[in-house]
Amino acid sequence: MISVLNALLFIILAPCIGGLVAGIDRKLTARMQGRVGPPILQPFYDVGKLFRKEQIVVTPSQHFYILSYLVFIVVSGALFFAGGDLLLVIFAFTLAHIFLVLGAYSSYSPYSFIGAERELIQIIAYEPMIILAAVGMYLVTRSFYVGEIMGSSVPLILYLPGVFLGFLMVLTIKLRKSPFDLSTSHHAHQEIVKGVTTEFSGPMLGRVEIAHWYENVFLLGFIYLFFAWNPVIAILAIVIVYLIEILVDNTFSRATWQFTLKSSWIIAGMMGLVNLGVLYYLSAVVPV
Amino acid sequence: MINNDRNTDVFPFESESMITLPFLILFPAVVAILLLVVSSDFHRRLIVKAGAIVIGIASLYLLFVTPVAGPEFFPVAFESLSGLMFLAEMAIAAFLIYLGIRYKKYLAIFLVLAQAGLLMYYETTSVPGVHTVPNLFIDQFSLIMALIIGIIGSLICVYALGYMSTYHEHHPEVKDRRRTFFFLVFFFLSAMFGLVFSDYLPWVFFFWELTTLCSFLLIGYSGTGEAVNNAFLALNMNLLGGIAFAGALLYLVSINPGGQLLEISTLIQSGHAVALVPAVLIAFAGITKAALMPFSGWLVGAMVAPTPVSALLHSSTMVKAGVYIIVRFAPVLTGTMEGLIIALVGGFTFLLASAIAISQSNAKKVLAYSTIANLGLIVACAGVGTYKLVWAAILLIIFHAIAKSLLFLCVGTVEHRIGSKDIEDMTGLIVRMPKVAVMMFIGIAGMFLAPFGMLISKWAAIEAFIEAQFGLIFVAILAFGGSITVLFWSKWMGKIISVCPVAERVEDGIQREKWIVLALLTAMTVFICLAFPIVSSHLIEPFVLSVYGQTARLSQDNIMIMAMMLFLLMIMPFSLLLYRTGTKVVPPYMAGRPSTADLRFQGSMGIQRQVGLGNYYFSEVFGERKLFMAGTALCFGLILLVGTLTAGVAL
Repeated sequence: MISVLNALLFIILAPCIGGLVAGIDRKLTARMQGRVGPPILQPFYDVGKLFRKEQIVVTPSQHFYILSYLVFIVVSGALFFAGGDLLLVIFAFTLAHIFLVLGAYSSYSPYSFIGAERELIQIIAYEPMIILAAVGMYLVTRSFYVGEIMGSSVPLILYLPGVFLGFLMVLTIKLRKSPFDLSTSHHAHQEIVKGVTTEFSGPMLGRVEIAHWYENVFLLGFIYLFFAWNPVIAILAIVIVYLIEILVDNTFSRATWQFTLKSSWIIAGMMGLVNLGVLYYLSAVVPV
Repeated sequence: MINNDRNTDVFPFESESMITLPFLILFPAVVAILLLVVSSDFHRRLIVKAGAIVIGIASLYLLFVTPVAGPEFFPVAFESLSGLMFLAEMAIAAFLIYLGIRYKKYLAIFLVLAQAGLLMYYETTSVPGVHTVPNLFIDQFSLIMALIIGIIGSLICVYALGYMSTYHEHHPEVKDRRRTFFFLVFFFLSAMFGLVFSDYLPWVFFFWELTTLCSFLLIGYSGTGEAVNNAFLALNMNLLGGIAFAGALLYLVSINPGGQLLEISTLIQSGHAVALVPAVLIAFAGITKAALMPFSGWLVGAMVAPTPVSALLHSSTMVKAGVYIIVRFAPVLTGTMEGLIIALVGGFTFLLASAIAISQSNAKKVLAYSTIANLGLIVACAGVGTYKLVWAAILLIIFHAIAKSLLFLCVGTVEHRIGSKDIEDMTGLIVRMPKVAVMMFIGIAGMFLAPFGMLISKWAAIEAFIEAQFGLIFVAILAFGGSITVLFWSKWMGKIISVCPVAERVEDGIQREKWIVLALLTAMTVFICLAFPIVSSHLIEPFVLSVYGQTARLSQDNIMIMAMMLFLLMIMPFSLLLYRTGTKVVPPYMAGRPSTADLRFQGSMGIQRQVGLGNYYFSEVFGERKLFMAGTALCFGLILLVGTLTAGVAL
């Protein structure tokens, strides 16, 4: 059931894809803002430069938390692409983020402290919806295993439109796109410096960046699951979703944490739960 | 686990566990009485430690003599015992009435009288009938409970030795009644053993009342006005449950004067028609004891007691008695409207108590609300009561007992060193008390992170709820409630691991026995995650199989992956060795203000200020008052509903 080969492929290819996506993202963003923008490969140059810089820390324990963050992001992504249990993937994913938050807390720095608190708010904003998405996939395919969900010939998106919309909402949070880039942002519009990543620098910041690439590939993989019955449509859907995310990123100003939490929970409740409720009711009434 | 060839209908006294069960019930009581008479501190230490070791070993010994599948019964042909218990109950009632008059708590007196009246009526109606011989029994579930009581309970007793001597140094105003204190905690263990080994409901009820009494006296230990009030609050709520329990006994004798149905084992197999009403009444008693909303007030109030008492109430005794009895009756509750409503009470309690925990900065209150939340989740599992959920509920009981006792004892240790149990005052604990901080860190991780215990059980619960009837409600509750728990635990974790440059090390002067207990509990928290597949296959699965005829387990793949994750987590800290040299340490970014190494910065008007960082508590969103009101209204309504339904069935 678990494919080690896929996991290895993910570990090797994901940073390349993630970096490229980030490069394209920056290029498109620049064009939307009327700039020329950096070359597509710029993210790789940036991370390469980070690794050549001198490592300075506020406390050596940051090393442990950030390395654990990277390792567990890779573990959860690898488990996902290997076809593992979706709920376990989500829990490992949360574990990884807790390490990022702890790394920020450990420095006792005012900016990363507020960033850490906001990152926690983001976690509780998106986690219910991701779990509900996994539950929705189970209700349709009767399996939590990514391998079996991928292999299912049922067009999941037709059964789970509400869940998919709710997932798009939390995807914005996860991709650190405006308006939900509360804890740290790629843009310059922040009041808390670089938020959760303020105190990470040099190679350590490089690791955070690579972890983010892995994470993005995993999230795009999650979108794929909704369309898994037809790979062409799935790839197309991923491209469209990502384009929408970039557009949203460039058109909205940052929201407050109250709005983020409320809106994502309301969407999770309205879209996700109602969708699941209908499915649940139908599966009880109409035996498959 | 070794004697597969055991014959189930063995003659009493032929079997080893026949000797062990009464021993485990009586021995702690003997130790308790000894502790009441011994006044020297040296002897007390000796007796407590020896007693704890004997109880621990005896409960471990049970592991080897319990049958592999199904319960084993031991008739206790000692006829006057039930009469003695009745007399003891009346004596307790008289004692409580005396205290009620002394402290002018008239509601308590009324409740005691009501319960005593019911009991007397029960005694007069049931005496003429032919009694079956009461049984003691043991099965895997009783065994798990006995291990929790015997090992964790006695570890807490040992810890209490050091704690109480420091406690009385810090609180000279509190009268030193340590003899009574240790008498009560050992007596508590005795009552708990009695409760989990009794098959005969009037006996269960007797031990049930003893736990109520012990907790009442322990909560009021310090004798301050607040302590006395909270003790009576606990007493009133538990007496309410006791009245329902007595009602269940009366109902059973009225429909079955022969008394066969007074045995749990017969009762749960006798079908919904007879068993539902007593099961609901007893589940109500369980809800009061497990401090679910609307009765959660007493457990939060119980925080005034010395910390070992809290640890005992939350992990191995008292509240666990409440969930134990509900899980026992899960086969009766499953598939009924009443069971579903009881599960909803648990589910809402889980959601709301977790949310309230976000707004609390007092560490003991955070722990209290987290306990209430987890008990709610256990009751939610037991109320829906499918075999998979019962499996998850028992896992929750085990993991929660270990991690929560560790956390309480860590907080108690920290409290005595830094003089506060506020999470805000625990900033930089990793610098000030590194060892305790690491233990606390592991304890907290055990409560909510993969691949530790509580998360495994929540995961199992999600998977099981999906397949249950109306399960989607509970899946939603778990999805939202689970992420809420992530918030309040991680911000606590963040507080203790911030490396604060102005903190001083204050870890000296902690007694050796405290270290031993803390280290053992930490080791158990990690070990149980590695060993849980064995615990599941040897203890939980046989029990679920014997009750339901089928059982749940996690898949082999997932167990392997989680073991790998745990190993990864254990080796990650060694990565720090790689970075020992060659990194430059600088102060944090202070927005370019002139600042010093101890984090003072040049503020406006040239005043130097010290950096202070405080967590968010969101009290306007997750405030205790608001959510508690909502929970009380919701759960009270649900309980009224189930009461009406049950009354309909009974009449």
